[in-house]
Parts: sequence; C-alpha cells; structure tokens
Amino acid sequence: MNISKRRVRAIFLKELREYRRNGFIIATMAILPLIFLIQPLIEVFALPASASGALRHEDPLLYLLGIPALVPACVAAYSVVGERQQGTLEPVLTTPVRREEFLLGKALAALVPSLVIAYAVYAFFLACVGLFAQPGVASALVRGPDILAQLLFTPLLAGWSIWIGIAISARSRDVRVAQQLGLLASLPSVAVTSLIALNVIHASPGVALGGAVALLVLNSLGWRITSAAFDRERLITGTR
Amino acid sequence: MFSILISIFFGKGPRRGVHGMHRGVGPARDEARHVNSNDGAPGLTGIGRRHGDEAGRQASADPPAIEVRHLTKDFGGRTAVADVSFSVARGEVFGFLGPNGAGKTTTVRTLGTLVAPTSGSATVAGIPLTPENGVEIRRRISIMPESPGLYLRLSVTENLACFADLYEALDPGDRIDRALRAVNLADRANDACGTLSKGLRQRVALARALLSDPQVLFLDEPTSGLDPAAARDVHELIDALRRRGVTIFLTTHRLEEAERLCDRVAIMNTTLRTIGRPDELRDQLFARTLTVQTLAPLPDPGRVFAGLPAVDGWHQDGPAVYVLAVSDSTAAAPAVTRALVAAGADVLSISESHHSLEDVYLELIDQDQEASRR
Repeated sequence: MNISKRRVRAIFLKELREYRRNGFIIATMAILPLIFLIQPLIEVFALPASASGALRHEDPLLYLLGIPALVPACVAAYSVVGERQQGTLEPVLTTPVRREEFLLGKALAALVPSLVIAYAVYAFFLACVGLFAQPGVASALVRGPDILAQLLFTPLLAGWSIWIGIAISARSRDVRVAQQLGLLASLPSVAVTSLIALNVIHASPGVALGGAVALLVLNSLGWRITSAAFDRERLITGTR
Repeated sequence: MFSILISIFFGKGPRRGVHGMHRGVGPARDEARHVNSNDGAPGLTGIGRRHGDEAGRQASADPPAIEVRHLTKDFGGRTAVADVSFSVARGEVFGFLGPNGAGKTTTVRTLGTLVAPTSGSATVAGIPLTPENGVEIRRRISIMPESPGLYLRLSVTENLACFADLYEALDPGDRIDRALRAVNLADRANDACGTLSKGLRQRVALARALLSDPQVLFLDEPTSGLDPAAARDVHELIDALRRRGVTIFLTTHRLEEAERLCDRVAIMNTTLRTIGRPDELRDQLFARTLTVQTLAPLPDPGRVFAGLPAVDGWHQDGPAVYVLAVSDSTAAAPAVTRALVAAGADVLSISESHHSLEDVYLELIDQDQEASRR
C-alpha cells in the first residue's frame, strides 16, 4: 500500500488550521496543561530547602506526563465525529484519500500540538523551578534521568491516547461524549505515571524499558484498532 | 458566461483521456441521447427498453462511463436500492429522479465507493466497482453532495487547497484560481466559508468538485438553495461541462431542470421505474393528442374526423372541444384543419397536448402509491 505524503499533509494542515480557529479545541488544549502547571508550581515554591532530601528519592515531575496522556485524547476524540457533525466527512471520503492517510493526517495533527504543549509546559516548569524554587529543591527536582524519561515517554503516551481517541471518535455520534470517553480511556496512563511519580511504583531503568516497550506495542495495537474502527459506510450512513 | 469560463478552466480541445465523446449540441448530442438506455434488466417498466440493443452496440464500441447491473443495497432489513440496472454513456448528462427515500443518494454513494453494494455489480469510469478499486475510482470521479460540507472556519481557498492536495492536482494554485473563476467566486477567495450565503457555499462545493478534472461528475441537487440567476449559471456550467465531454450524473428534484439539461433520465423508487429520453418517456406514458376548439359544436364530428391520416380516435371534451388521439401530430394537424374547413367549421384553435417530465414523474409515483395501497 502506497501512502501519499501529500494527502497526509493535506489532512494535517487542514486540521491544524481548524484547531487554530476553534475556540473549543484551543480551550481544551490550554486548560488541561494549566491545571497541571499552576497548583504544583505553587506547592514547589512553598517547599523549604529541607524537603530536598525526600525529593531525591522520588520522581514527582513525572506526573507532568499526564499532559501528553490527556490533551491529545481530547483533540483526537474530536477529529472524526467533529467532521461528521459538521457534514464535512462525506466530501473528504469521496476523494482518493485512503483510510490510513486520513487517520495518519488526523493523528499527526493531534500529536504535534500535544508534543509542543507538553514539552513547553515541562520546560516552563523546569525554568520556574530553577529560577524561583529553593536551590536545594530545584537540584532535587531537575535530574537528567527524569528529563530523559519525559522526552521519551511524552510521544509514546500521546500516541496511545491519540489512537484511542480517534477510535472512540470513529464510533461516536457526539463530540462531547467522544471527548469524555477519550479522557476516560486515558486515565489508566495517567494513573500509572502518577504511581511512578508518587514512588508507589519505583522508577528504574527496567521499569522505563518495560514501559517503553509496552507503549510501543500499545501504539501498534492502537493503529490497528483505529483502522478497524474506521468504516466509511458506517460513518456516512450511520448504519452497520 | 459560464461556457467561456469553463473553456478557460479546462483549456481548449478534447479532454485528456476521454475519447469518442459527444461535444456540443446538435447531432452529436442527439447521438449521445440514443446511446445506452436500459438494457432490459428486471425491475424496469419496459419504457426505454427498445434502446437496449443500441446500448449494447455502443458499449462494445465505447465503454460506458457508468454501468450498473442488478445493484441492490440493503441496510439491515430495509432495502434502499433493489435490482437496479442502467448504463450511462461517456459525455452524457444523466438525470436521476425520484421521491425522497427512493435510493438516489444511496446509488450515488455506492457508485462513489462510499457504500458497498449488497449484491450486483458496476463499473464506474471504466473501473469495476470493488473495494480494491476504491481509490482508483475516486481518483476519476467527483461527487458534489447535497450539503456543501465545507470547513466553515477555513477560507474558500484553504478549503479548495485541501481538496486539490487530496486529489494530488498538478499546479493546485492555478486549478483553484480557474475553479473559482468558473463559479464566479474569485473575489471571495479569501473569505471564510462560514461567512458565505447558502448559495455561495453551494458554488464553492461545485468549484471543489471541478478541481480534479473528473471523468464522471456526480451532482446531488446542485441548484438546491440557489436563486434563479445562480441556478441558471449552474445550468450553463453543466452545459459547458457536457461540451467538454464530462459525464454528469445529476440527482435533482427539479424536473424542469432535468428536462432541460439531461440527455436521459431515470426515475427511481427503490427500483428503477423507467429510463429514457424525456420526450420518449412522455410519448410512451401518454397518448399524443390534438385538441380542437371550434366556434360552434360540429353537427357530425364523427364524419369530419373519420378516416383522417394519423388520427386514431376522438372524443368530445366540451360543447365545441374535441380531443383527437393521433399517432403523428405533424401529419394529423394539417389533415384535421383541412377537414374542419371543408366541413364549414369556424376553427378557434388546434393545439397539440403537451405533457412535461413532471407529468411522467407524477404518473409513475402515483402508480407506485396506488400499488402500495393495494
């Protein structure tokens, strides 16, 4: 099967243009990261230098991986059912675009802004901690392995959320229901990252490797599930 | 004006990849009209069947743009399209009529590879309708759905650019410019589609359908929501596309539109009720008559009308009004006039009865309704 980069790019660019002008999507993309950013920053600033000892045995910043788990799920959940509600899906599906090209374009359009937001929030968090937190607290929080984990797991978690979000979107009839289900489906990922951040699951190279492999497998499965869930006839006629 | 614009759009000369098509009005168009009628498949009323052999001969020389055989589509327990067969010649404007829920849109969606047929087969733009051929078929056709389906937050150009890329059009900027000029929308290119009126959105959808230079263009209610002037522009555009050899499959509720634009029409009501040229359908469904009105009642009308050439019978339809069943009105009218004058009648008028496509349509739909009541 030949995937046309031009058609994938066409869907990708169209989606980005639509997101940029869709207040609902912008709000979704902005509110979740703010929730993840503000309260923890306030708490970190309030920490005394004496807390640094305890922080060295934990990985609290890993909870920021909740952003790539949740934000793209909301955006991806809108992608198919949103088009269906607007009545724009049928014209697109009458073009030579393949199911895979359509889904890849949609997935990339959800992935790119999610990665930008997740990395930007993380960078901003680190900058704020470095500038305004107690020096001991800052050095305890900002550690190389944590940054590496953030860089590595952000796209993997986002990918999984996107495939699940698009699969839900392809089977839903209502945007809000799709987004709620998308968020619900992302909660297990958030739970796991939170358990690691709270040191309930001890972070180690083995856990990181196992997690990465598991997410790669889930991403591959997600792609297959999404492709299977995407049925032109059902999407157009509402039957089957 | 649209004719000129469409020449600009597609350039001069025959379309690439399409041969043996009928361009322009006149004899060539008449020839196209005689090409490919119903092939006598089940589910038809019999009207138009006499063209089956012609269709077969033509098909062997120049494959039809669309050929449908025994197409059926069920949605669960409901049959939307039942055993439909027809073919559409290349370069033909083919009207597809029927009441709401008759299966028109389902047929278009099936031929456009959006919906899989339950049974039957078809070729579209020369390619067999199979799941594997979906991309190739969609590359050669274009469908303008009834609802424009535009991205309302994007500008007209952004909408068209997306579709030009989906069709992998060469020189997309130029194609978009020409498509916009063809539908008189060049000055609104940068407006957000959400700010356009319904009629203008319809035009954008039409421009989008033209982007790919399709061999077969499916138009679903293209003039729905348009004012008369805009509808006329669309008619001119369809005429111009016909002259370029584009096959047009026109779904419409506007019967006068179908009568004016279409070489042949099919009337659907789940099954294919009839198919043929509009005048042919009229002739086959309604007897041809002459209505004669005289100043005073004729003393012995039977003697006046008896034995006249091409007059098959007559009845009185008022004190001085006579309706004559004729086989050929051009032969009957002068003979009737002469007979009336010879009988000393004061003739007020002699007129040929005129049945429109709407009469044909309503007659068939009434027949269906009566049959369903029985």
